[in-house]
Amino acid sequence: MIHTRNLPFITTLGIFVIAYGLCILQFPNMLSTRVIGNLLTDNAFLGIAAVGMTFVILSGGIDLSIGSVIAFTSVFVAVLVGSLGVHPLVAFAAVLVISTIFGSLMGAMIRYLGIPPFVVTLAGMFLARGAAYLISTQSVPISHEMIDAIQGFYFRFPGGGRLTALAILMLVVFAVASVIAGRTKFGANVYAIGGNLQSAELLGVPVGSTTIGIYALSGFLSGLAGIAYTLYTSSGYSLATVGVELDAIAAVVIGGTLLTGGVGLVAGTFVGVLIQGLIQTYIVFDGTLSSWWTKIVIGVLLFVFIVLQRGIIWYSNRRLAENRLKEV
Amino acid sequence: MSNIVSPLEAHSQPATAALLEARGIGKSFLGIAALDGVDFTLQRGEIHALLGENGAGKSTLIKILTGVYSLERGTIRLDGVDVKPADVAAAQALGIGTVYQEVNLLENLTVAENLFLGRQPRRFGLIDKREMRKRSAALLSRYGLDIDVDALLSSYSVAIRQIVAIARAVDLSGKVLVLDEPTASLDAHEVEMLFTVLRRLRQDGLGIIIITHFLNQVYDIADRVTVLRNGRLVGSKPIADLPRLDLISMMLGRELQHITGDRQVSADSVASDAQPPIRFAGYGKRGSVAPFDLDIRPGEVVGIAGLLGSGRSETAFLLFGIDRADSGTASVDNKTIALTSPETAIANGFGFCPEERKTDGIIGDFSVADNIALALQARQGWAKPISSRERQALAESFIKSLDIRPADANRPIKLLSGGNQQKAILARWLATEPRLLILDEPTRGIDIGAHAEILKMIERLCADGMSLVVISSELEELTAIAHRVIVLSDRRHIAELAGDQVTADNIMQAIAAPARTEAA
Repeated sequence: MIHTRNLPFITTLGIFVIAYGLCILQFPNMLSTRVIGNLLTDNAFLGIAAVGMTFVILSGGIDLSIGSVIAFTSVFVAVLVGSLGVHPLVAFAAVLVISTIFGSLMGAMIRYLGIPPFVVTLAGMFLARGAAYLISTQSVPISHEMIDAIQGFYFRFPGGGRLTALAILMLVVFAVASVIAGRTKFGANVYAIGGNLQSAELLGVPVGSTTIGIYALSGFLSGLAGIAYTLYTSSGYSLATVGVELDAIAAVVIGGTLLTGGVGLVAGTFVGVLIQGLIQTYIVFDGTLSSWWTKIVIGVLLFVFIVLQRGIIWYSNRRLAENRLKEV
Repeated sequence: MSNIVSPLEAHSQPATAALLEARGIGKSFLGIAALDGVDFTLQRGEIHALLGENGAGKSTLIKILTGVYSLERGTIRLDGVDVKPADVAAAQALGIGTVYQEVNLLENLTVAENLFLGRQPRRFGLIDKREMRKRSAALLSRYGLDIDVDALLSSYSVAIRQIVAIARAVDLSGKVLVLDEPTASLDAHEVEMLFTVLRRLRQDGLGIIIITHFLNQVYDIADRVTVLRNGRLVGSKPIADLPRLDLISMMLGRELQHITGDRQVSADSVASDAQPPIRFAGYGKRGSVAPFDLDIRPGEVVGIAGLLGSGRSETAFLLFGIDRADSGTASVDNKTIALTSPETAIANGFGFCPEERKTDGIIGDFSVADNIALALQARQGWAKPISSRERQALAESFIKSLDIRPADANRPIKLLSGGNQQKAILARWLATEPRLLILDEPTRGIDIGAHAEILKMIERLCADGMSLVVISSELEELTAIAHRVIVLSDRRHIAELAGDQVTADNIMQAIAAPARTEAA
């Protein structure tokens, strides 16, 4: 029997499979490892960021700073490596530390000052974007033999597709995050907080450290997404990735995670990212459609999923009421 | 635990030292003492009821014992050792577990995840779900529960959730179990199920503290009673030495004017030949309440009795236009009216105090005055705002006449006790001078003092000619105030009792009467 709580995920998976099938019917070329490889590579940074967002939304919060942190990271890395000649690994490490601390500070403010996540991360969004402008308003190109090596690295699929380093990074992040969410105490605590903060606290969940951990993880993954974005574009630009946090939220919600928290799967977010990528690929294949159709389809899908979630809640409440009636 | 006991202590303590001994517990909020030098002793294998009116300090004491509030003054000894739990987790580790009334477990997690949250069995550093399932099933089977531990908690009834919560608390703590109003939303059968579990735990030597408003249940299960009033200890006695009347006067600190259960009204006080101004004929809604006839005369209190889920609240929803009837007519003064929404009901002079005071009744962050003015404003229409001076005057007059405490119209209503919130909601409707006021469980979760005041208020209102419909699960309450009682069962009105017929026995017999079978 399908658990009602997995229903949104299964629906998402079904929609992806059907949509991909329809695409293939129209453009048989879309069924190739090349397309799949590109789908993964092109959406790697979004996917990594969306993983962080999944934890945040599962806990009942929201993180609006993601796009800005990605931009900050990419500019920071590009300036360090491109202009100052710092070794990429050092730059990566530095930027991951900074973004993680940034996230933990936001988490601490949310927890200990009692400010809603929306407000705290909105401030974080402006702060990170401003810091990115402060470093450079230009697009900073980046070139280093190690970065070239990472960009050039790939596994070849049969059929000519490439599983690039970026795609591998994203897949690893999703795999690790799935285990963290499903099989660790931290993951269980995230679900508990998202279900009911007060109850979780009374049950002895360390709400403070978990909240800080959630936003630190989101910060860390935003930083990692920024590194992926830098590698993807070979540059850093402070105006880039505006609104990526909203794409990430869309991926999480389409992936079946309840916006109010407590219910959802990391794997769902993966499918959510793939659906967004699929729409873009379709538009490229079609050639005549404006890329803004992506936004329209995402908008429609979001509506569908929010309605679906309401429907599931309504249905399970009704079933519970019916059961109670039977007991009486 | 500790073998090192000072000679003095060893001397002063008998061999059977108490499980939990709290001495001189004190706590203040913003300079106001919530608890003042309270002593509390719990023995092993004892069910100890902690009683008192709202604001007596029960919750504060419990929260100090369970680590939610820090200990300010006094000492807590557990097994003869001084303890000072810093937080809930620390209290659990010491052996004190708590099950709260409303927020206890997480509905979005499975039963097994709830049982082992924070202490999941692990294998290779990761949660071992199979082991967790196995242990959960084993744990619950000791409580006589054979349920799918992999199903979401939200798919089970409140009673089962309570037992799961108790199983978790006992498994986690194992010495002291604190139950804060565990039976508030259970029906009689579920209460019995819960009590069976508690009696078994008592045999196992656990110390159980129970807070409840239901005195019958206290006599049913408790061994000992401790009563608090206004943050002070009134007394602590074995239940066997404590007649009900003494217990109530301990709780109220004054002799009762009349104990609910005395019949105060007679049908004669309502002019029965008067034309009924509010009449519902064949009124019903498919799947909600079967069609019923109901006439309500001025100055009459119509009680509605029935078990949980019998259609009591649904009847109120129909009368107030929250649910739309799909059959029958409603008329006021012989004019047919269409009750399509609460707005139309208010326009016809109806008022409704819902059962879920916290979620459906009050707007917590608004002041008492704002909450009181709400219905009057809705009736006047938003185009004609009530000035803040009018609102203040209105609020102050009701605060005075209903004795709402503290008497501060500008205090956010969420800071008031349950009884005072209920009075403020009553004031909200009284301000609109309704001809019909529907009260759904007006005294639920309210202490005895406020309880008696609200019943008195109901009597006064109907003496003034207002009609009331009162829904209550407390039969004594209905028999004390209602001129007539409608009995519901299985979502239909099965009996109507009037005059001398209105007794608790008759109501129970009506409920217990075999339900009429209906084709399809």
